[in-house]
Amino acid sequence: MTSADTRSLVIEREISHPLDKVWRALTEGHLVEEWLLKNDFQPKLGHKFNLRTTPMPQWDGVVDCEVLSIEPKKSLSYSWNVGDAAKGGIATIVTFTLTPTHSGVLLRMEQSGFRADQEQNLQGANYGWQKFLAALDRVVAKL
Amino acid sequence: MRTTSDELFKALADPTRRAIFERLCRDGSLTVRALTDQAGVSQPAVSKHLGVLKLAGLVRDRHEGRETHYSAKPQGLRPLIDWMSHYGAFWNDRLDRLEDLLKRMDQ
Repeated sequence: MTSADTRSLVIEREISHPLDKVWRALTEGHLVEEWLLKNDFQPKLGHKFNLRTTPMPQWDGVVDCEVLSIEPKKSLSYSWNVGDAAKGGIATIVTFTLTPTHSGVLLRMEQSGFRADQEQNLQGANYGWQKFLAALDRVVAKL
Repeated sequence: MRTTSDELFKALADPTRRAIFERLCRDGSLTVRALTDQAGVSQPAVSKHLGVLKLAGLVRDRHEGRETHYSAKPQGLRPLIDWMSHYGAFWNDRLDRLEDLLKRMDQ
């Protein structure tokens, strides 16, 4: 997945809830809205949808997505594009993988395709900077 | 890259340094004295914080007569913004919310 000049972010969580329920939370639009972002997601291969957050300076708050693969109760992958990649936006892929454990599910989230050599990303910079300050202490605690 | 990120996190993990950096982002070039007036800490402490910020690539200094002027280098944030802080914080926050939702679904 990663070539020499792209990076992936991987986050894993042990979740003590049944697999069926976790899958629903990942694939039912109204549930996805409760934890991720407003959306018109549908669990269908090739479905194009948007995730939407509050617009802010330099960014309309829209993430362009397309379902790239879906394997019920196992994995879900969609593209996650912000802005025009040629103008410093990001073109990434988000993949959720579910693995049953004795107490629930291991959820793995991978966001791949970040370019290490990326030009200054105005969308990311503005959005990231605000989020970053708000969340910094928590992020550091989890490093 | 890893080292740079570490330096950045360390530099910005301190609220006083964060405030100094934010102020420079907002107000442009300032002297240590001007920064000290509002920082709520001593001038040597402000100088030390500026040193850490400079090491992390977040500020630059320019000598003019007896005074040193500091300004922000927001592009120093890029390694963090690009992916680690931005999406790391984002996804950790969202997965917290996912777990909250799953708890509510139990009820």
